[in-house]
Amino acid sequence: MEKPVINSLTKKRRRVSDIVLKVLIFTSAAIVVALTLGMIIYIVVKGMEGLSWNFLSTPAFSYPYENYGVLGNIVNTLYLVVITLLVATPIGVGAAIYLTEYAKQGRLTRIIEFTTETLAGIPSIIYGLFGSVFFYNIFKVNYSILTGALTLSIMVLPTIIRTTQEAIKTVPLGYREGSIGLGAPKWHMIRTVVLPSCIDGILTSVILSIGRIVGESAALIFTAGIAADFNFDSIADIFTKVMNQGGSLTVQLYQYAQRGGSEMKYAFSTALVLLITVLIINICAKLVAYRIRKKRSV
Amino acid sequence: MSENESIKISTKNVNLYYGENHALKDINLDIKTNKITAFIGPSGCGKSTFLKSLNRMNDLIPGCRITGQFLLDGEDIYVPGVDTNLLRRRIGMVFQKPNPFPMSIYDNIAYGPRVHGIKGKAKLDRIVEESLIGAAVFDEVKDRLHKSALSLSGGQQQRICIARAIAVQPEVILMDEPTSALDPVSTLKIEELMNTLKEKYTVAIVTHNMQQATRISDYTAFFLVGEMVEYAKTEELFSRPQDKRTEDYITGRFG
Repeated sequence: MEKPVINSLTKKRRRVSDIVLKVLIFTSAAIVVALTLGMIIYIVVKGMEGLSWNFLSTPAFSYPYENYGVLGNIVNTLYLVVITLLVATPIGVGAAIYLTEYAKQGRLTRIIEFTTETLAGIPSIIYGLFGSVFFYNIFKVNYSILTGALTLSIMVLPTIIRTTQEAIKTVPLGYREGSIGLGAPKWHMIRTVVLPSCIDGILTSVILSIGRIVGESAALIFTAGIAADFNFDSIADIFTKVMNQGGSLTVQLYQYAQRGGSEMKYAFSTALVLLITVLIINICAKLVAYRIRKKRSV
Repeated sequence: MSENESIKISTKNVNLYYGENHALKDINLDIKTNKITAFIGPSGCGKSTFLKSLNRMNDLIPGCRITGQFLLDGEDIYVPGVDTNLLRRRIGMVFQKPNPFPMSIYDNIAYGPRVHGIKGKAKLDRIVEESLIGAAVFDEVKDRLHKSALSLSGGQQQRICIARAIAVQPEVILMDEPTSALDPVSTLKIEELMNTLKEKYTVAIVTHNMQQATRISDYTAFFLVGEMVEYAKTEELFSRPQDKRTEDYITGRFG
């Protein structure tokens, strides 16, 4: 006996399980949106209290002591971002190219890939501990922005390597064959066809890394230190700064929060500055990606 | 087929293995200069594999092993010391799926010449124009040479790929089912183009389409499970096949 087939277009059968599932999904989405928005609004409201031009344009704890500001920390954070990316991006992209294009696919590459993935899961404070000891033995200074940046470079390398590797793997075989078929040497093919095609992936990894660098604090307390000064008396200072202590925004936030009391509001102001900094850096990175893509598609 | 035609590529006792899989068995075949040679056969018969081994594109596949001789103008292309980049400059390739690079039309055509060290705008301009004319696509793209090649139709893209291949002035052009992804009108244009290409180049083409082989080729080789069953002038092979299997295939009894 055949079951009757329902031919109606309007009388849709509603199942209870469908409705329940739909409600659950909408609830989860609502919770996520509410939490994110709530947190941002909370930080903005609390942060506005202590935020002023004075807060942005003076370094913290400069003489006389009751000065509250984040100028030095903003600059330190930018230093950390730039140096870390300058070190980590070429090494990460290079390693990704080696692993996907040159290394013989086998047990060794699988071990390297497994190791990089494990590296990505290590708590950052362990990187900090390692970096402070390892780079102290090289530079013989306890704390410096360079030490911090190099430690962060090790930390973001797995992200850059893995994301770039995935991007390289998505480059169509046709592009490779086309290039090789014209008699192009392998490195020429990689440079002219593979890398331009995965520039988006590389930029994504850079944006993710920026997020990690700006948000990092545990690894930096051990390595870059907590200094919040802003001393640029000569052009040479721009470079020597690298070998000096320099606390990032997150480290400064930690300090304000730890003192608590009337200084608590400055912790929130610092948090607000952090949020805005991340936002600006991400927008810049997206703009760069957009311009590169536009230039490529002609 | 012993007229006074010279031989461009000659293969002797060629065997090819993918790991344990014996993909080509004792292939002996001579490709004639300035002729179109078609390779036909059912899927998986080794015709594409054979084509790709002619300019060592199979080198890219791990686990691929080749024995026997491939002679290009009498020179073995598989002996140590052969520069595959120079080899592929002399034996170019057009692929099944149009694969222009994500760059401008101009840069696509200039890619090969630049690889081989040709610089200077005037020189490149001339090569780009001549190649596009040679691939019968110049009139359609001359006003947008600096637009992305990906904005063109499939048929135009495939002719761009042919132009890109001839821009390095190869002696042989290998085509791996170049029209299987195209509509009938584009296919016709490319078939017409092939007839003019053979004046300058030696062409070897893999095709699924037996009508196409009869329309365009001078010689046809029939492959079946890694063996070359029969090789003859196209009209002979299709009108008086010597082997029962060839006859069964071309009359549509299998494949």
